[in-house]
Amino acid sequence: MTNPLYKRNIISISELNRSELELVLRTAKRLKEEPNHTLLANRVVASLFFEASTRTRLSFETAIQRLGGSVIGFADANNTSMAKKGETLADSIRIISNFADAIVMRHPRDGAARLATEYSKVPVINAGDGSNQHPSQTLLDLFTIYETQKVCDNLKIAFVGDLKYGRTVHSLAQALSLFNAEMFFVAPDALAMPDYMLEELYNKNIRYSMHKNLESLIPQLDILYMTRVQKERFEESEYHSIASQYVLYPEMFTKAKPNLKILHPLPRVDEIDLEMDNTPYAYYFQQAENGVYAREALLSLVLNEEV
Amino acid sequence: MAKMQVEAITNGSVIDHIPAGQGINILKHFKMLDTQRTGAKITVGFNLPSKTLGFKDLIKVENKQLNQDQVNQLAILAPGVTVNIIEDSRVVMKYRPEIPEHISNVYKCPNSNCISNFEHVSTTFYVLRRATGLKLKCKYCEKTFDKDVVGQTLNSR
Repeated sequence: MTNPLYKRNIISISELNRSELELVLRTAKRLKEEPNHTLLANRVVASLFFEASTRTRLSFETAIQRLGGSVIGFADANNTSMAKKGETLADSIRIISNFADAIVMRHPRDGAARLATEYSKVPVINAGDGSNQHPSQTLLDLFTIYETQKVCDNLKIAFVGDLKYGRTVHSLAQALSLFNAEMFFVAPDALAMPDYMLEELYNKNIRYSMHKNLESLIPQLDILYMTRVQKERFEESEYHSIASQYVLYPEMFTKAKPNLKILHPLPRVDEIDLEMDNTPYAYYFQQAENGVYAREALLSLVLNEEV
Repeated sequence: MAKMQVEAITNGSVIDHIPAGQGINILKHFKMLDTQRTGAKITVGFNLPSKTLGFKDLIKVENKQLNQDQVNQLAILAPGVTVNIIEDSRVVMKYRPEIPEHISNVYKCPNSNCISNFEHVSTTFYVLRRATGLKLKCKYCEKTFDKDVVGQTLNSR
């Protein structure tokens, strides 16, 4: 039977239903346990990074090569015809989709990946479009949750830090809403979860609550999803007072459940004390490694009728 | 009978019960201001007395019959309008806007970083009915806006 992601564009996490998400998770688990070097044999994948994103690009390109495929593309758009000669994105995609079997693209403008699907002959996988969507990040987050908790259902998860601008938080909350998670949002007022996201969760009957203090929540959590408060969003003095409220130290975790894992989309700056890295709760580096398996799963499902 | 303030037409469409001030936006919406190029004959009345609205705007377009889809596009700007289709000086059809599922190629996306503001593409907004009123969600950047915020982009075209 043809897998439901075959030849699909992967633009927004909200377009994947629960069984499709589970298919990606199962496939990622299998590819992590039993590496397969032929799923992308003789396939060419275009890796188009119109803005730099080292971790995402290397993770995708590793995934392509580990599955036996080859990569064409660029790591930043400055040296391309788009930048040098003013070619439109639409024309660029028209041309490149003649060369490759799939396109992985990162772009600084919101909605660029959706636009690309209208001009591409081959499936487009969104590797981040401005502040909009980054579905492969959500899939690797979800895969890491599944790997550490053995299930995705009925988990208690706290999102901490910048919940206003963090697209990874919004997308993961949307995905977990299909698995009946209970969500705790811990953020300063200026970086609170946007109302439209809360409305969406409310409409799906998801239990959520807002908090200022993280420590008292920790004993009941299965997952703590940490994010970075970005310096450029605040005045210098305001930044220090806000950022210092949301830092993880080992002493905060004396009453944590043994299965608790801390995730972080990285890069980390000061918000997770380096001492945390040696605790059993730290899982953010394994999470980054899982990016390769989640992307292997996505690419192999999009490019193969059966996996 | 009161003297007609706007001359009757023989064939075409009459857009009536437009809230005063919105007439100009409807002209922009239907790209009706470019009359030199299109040759369209259009009669407009602004700020006319109205029993139901107090004051209203009115637009008469000769030799052009709007259809239900086009009228539906007005659900965002002026949901209470009526559109009469005139043939041989008689009203042969009457339309009221129904809220459409999407609106294409009328408004700009208010998100300044949306790709639709950089590439030559038609915009499309999905219409969402929310407890707080009608919202429009951009097909490209997936951001959701209050209908009035999107409606204002007509003025920047």
